[in-house]
Amino acid sequence: MSTSGEVLDALDGSAPASPPRVATPLFAQVRLLLSPKWLTFRARVRRGERGHRARSVALLLLGAAFWAGIFVLIDKLLAYFKGVPEIGPLLAGKVLGTLLVGFFSILMLSNVVSALSSFFLARDLDLAAAAPADWLAVYTAKLVETAIASSWMVGLMAVPILAAYGVVFGGGPLFPLIALAAIIPYFILPAVLGSALTLLLVNVFPARRTRDILSVIAIFAAAGVVLMIRLMRPERLARPEGFRSLVEFVAVLKAPASPWLPSEWSQHAIMSWLQGPVDPLPFYLLWSTAAAAVALGAALHYRLYPLGFSKAQESSRTIASAGGLSAIARAVLGRLSVRRRELVLKELRVFFRDTTQWSQLILLAVLLVVYVFNIKFLPITDTSVGVLLRNLIPFVNLLVAGFVLASIAARFIFPGVSLEGRTFWLLRASPLDVGDLLWAKYWVGTLPLLVLALLIVSVTDALLHVDAFILGVSVTTILLMTLALAAMALCFGTIFPQFETENAAQIPTSFGGLVFMMSAVVVIGAVVFFEARPVYNYLSARMYALAGTAPQRPRPSGSVADMVIGFGLAGTVCVAATVIPLKLAFRRLALIERA
Amino acid sequence: MIELIGLTKRYGSFTAVNGVDLTVPRGELFGFLGPNGAGKTTTMRMIAGILRPTAGTVRIAGIDLATDPVGAKSVLGFIPDRPFIYEKLTGAEFLRFVAGLFGQDGPSVERRSRELLAVFDLEDWRDELVESYSHGMRQKLIIASAFVHRPDVIVVDEPMVGLDPRAARTLKDLFREYTHRGHTIMMSTHTLEVAETMCDRIAIMHGGRIRACGTMDELRADAVAGAEGLETIFLRLTGDRAVRELLGVLDA
Repeated sequence: MSTSGEVLDALDGSAPASPPRVATPLFAQVRLLLSPKWLTFRARVRRGERGHRARSVALLLLGAAFWAGIFVLIDKLLAYFKGVPEIGPLLAGKVLGTLLVGFFSILMLSNVVSALSSFFLARDLDLAAAAPADWLAVYTAKLVETAIASSWMVGLMAVPILAAYGVVFGGGPLFPLIALAAIIPYFILPAVLGSALTLLLVNVFPARRTRDILSVIAIFAAAGVVLMIRLMRPERLARPEGFRSLVEFVAVLKAPASPWLPSEWSQHAIMSWLQGPVDPLPFYLLWSTAAAAVALGAALHYRLYPLGFSKAQESSRTIASAGGLSAIARAVLGRLSVRRRELVLKELRVFFRDTTQWSQLILLAVLLVVYVFNIKFLPITDTSVGVLLRNLIPFVNLLVAGFVLASIAARFIFPGVSLEGRTFWLLRASPLDVGDLLWAKYWVGTLPLLVLALLIVSVTDALLHVDAFILGVSVTTILLMTLALAAMALCFGTIFPQFETENAAQIPTSFGGLVFMMSAVVVIGAVVFFEARPVYNYLSARMYALAGTAPQRPRPSGSVADMVIGFGLAGTVCVAATVIPLKLAFRRLALIERA
Repeated sequence: MIELIGLTKRYGSFTAVNGVDLTVPRGELFGFLGPNGAGKTTTMRMIAGILRPTAGTVRIAGIDLATDPVGAKSVLGFIPDRPFIYEKLTGAEFLRFVAGLFGQDGPSVERRSRELLAVFDLEDWRDELVESYSHGMRQKLIIASAFVHRPDVIVVDEPMVGLDPRAARTLKDLFREYTHRGHTIMMSTHTLEVAETMCDRIAIMHGGRIRACGTMDELRADAVAGAEGLETIFLRLTGDRAVRELLGVLDA
């Protein structure tokens, strides 16, 4: 057996001295720093290919269908614009400019949030900070990481849009290169700006507080953009008759909306290539600004990063004062068993103390306002057709409301089981019945969803002055549909858990989230389909009665049977979509193992 | 109190735990030793009901874990090797939550929580979110949570990891006192000195099987190790290949 002396002898004597350190070129260092990310991505893809071929194929097909859909939509729109003399090409440019401005604001927000993770909170940072890596290499690698993490989705969205522009306006074989030349600096700029802003914030606040602040800022900004766009009522701009003269309308279209924004330069660069004459100025502006921004960002990083990184490692003491709330909640939940009460309290505390979770409620509130706003400004008259529309819209709106509720369930209920992740050992090792856990997860998620659903339906129905029958149908349907959607979200979240995720916001965008949304659409569609016939019978009878005319066709004798069958089938779908998923979730949860 | 019969866990073609038979009686502090990957944590997690055995039986206080998991788990406290807990709960809330999972609440839970937080020097942190705790503080909070419902059996995986010397000493005293009161503790550890000085009996696990089991004297006799310490017995039973490999690497 070897002794520690022998080990030390080996270290001091016979083992060769470590080779002298050679300076590694910057590019090689950047590549080395990025290699773990790339290798992780590659391993994930390979594992995915081996284990879940069907899943990969389904995702690829969905992606291709999405791309094709966007391409066809933009292609048709641009073809229509192209046919309109004078205004058409201007409108096409305006649409591209608007899209690029929208993307730019999304890129700014996501770069700020991503930069916080990649520069200050990522798990690999200790290793990079302790290694003799050049500061510029660390900055470049982290900037690339931030840019890719925040821009890939926008990049994928941009491909079919730009392809449609290239095809419709005959961009030629060089157009992909031109588009790249106009888009790459457009992606670099928000990455540099976002990283710099995060760097400044972290030097003022602790990193973990900064994350909370950024979440709220991001949500408020997103909510503000949605509200602003909606309150401007952009649909009016699509009606040139609203302007005093065509000249005024053309002048508005020609004027650059925001000449200092890189999105405007990218739009101008692309449109000047497509419609001529080619203008090199926007390319020059884009690339020189991007280069200057990277240089300034690097200088700022050199000055402020060491201090900011050090501050990010410090944890602040966070005292929670929820005594009053706890007492109220305990009183309200007093009739529940101890286990269920503690589980519900835990769910509520974790939700309301996690800024990234509760701040999404702001977005929901905005969504509700926009929804009601849309209904309020519907141009409906008091004629018999108007009354028909008033009563038809709430029914059709069930589709939209159902989809909105499904999206909310995907965001809040679907991740429930995944979020237990690393703490799952505690629930498993305790004498907790799986049913209690599911019960708490289901009702904590479903009750707020129910309140929202009933609020949406009752407020919009009240605004439209619908009659009692339609009000009853829409309220009952949305009630049953909400129970079903919540159960399905919980079920798919249990069947496809994401225990290892570092970012809760990414859980709904996983494969399971996609499957849930598709299933939710099927259930919503089936419910509305089954209810369509009895509602149609009722509304047509109402319309004829209001118009004071007899129906041209006699009322079908089986209208009562239609009602029973239609509403019965819709109810059955909702009940089945509630009970079966909950049972499946129960079985699956009992089998989940976390090594 | 703990009875394992033919306990086996397979992951595909890999057998992590292979037919382990073991009985730990009431009032015993039992040590579980073995090199990394020996199957200790898997065994512990099967006893705690976190992992489902491929074959075999686990009985806790005479209750079969497979047929009555709620009954068996209600007398058990588990301390994992990694301190993952809810970041957004305070220390006091976490202890209240764990007691709630075991169906307990009220003033007695509050009193016990306060006592346990005091024992582990966490009183000043009771109303602070766990996210601001250090690794060691989290470990202490988890250990406290395993005692909050007064279990008959405690299964603990690597208890000393992350603890400062003072907390480690407190834990040793707590474990000794707990077993003197008739409770049972099963503990896995890499700290041979801890096992040698604290445990009534020790099992050495290697390759998913128990290679030796008994008191220190019985282990010495089995290993024909004379008056040698546990380290020598451990290395003899589990092989000293790792040390030779280390030298090979350094020489290369």
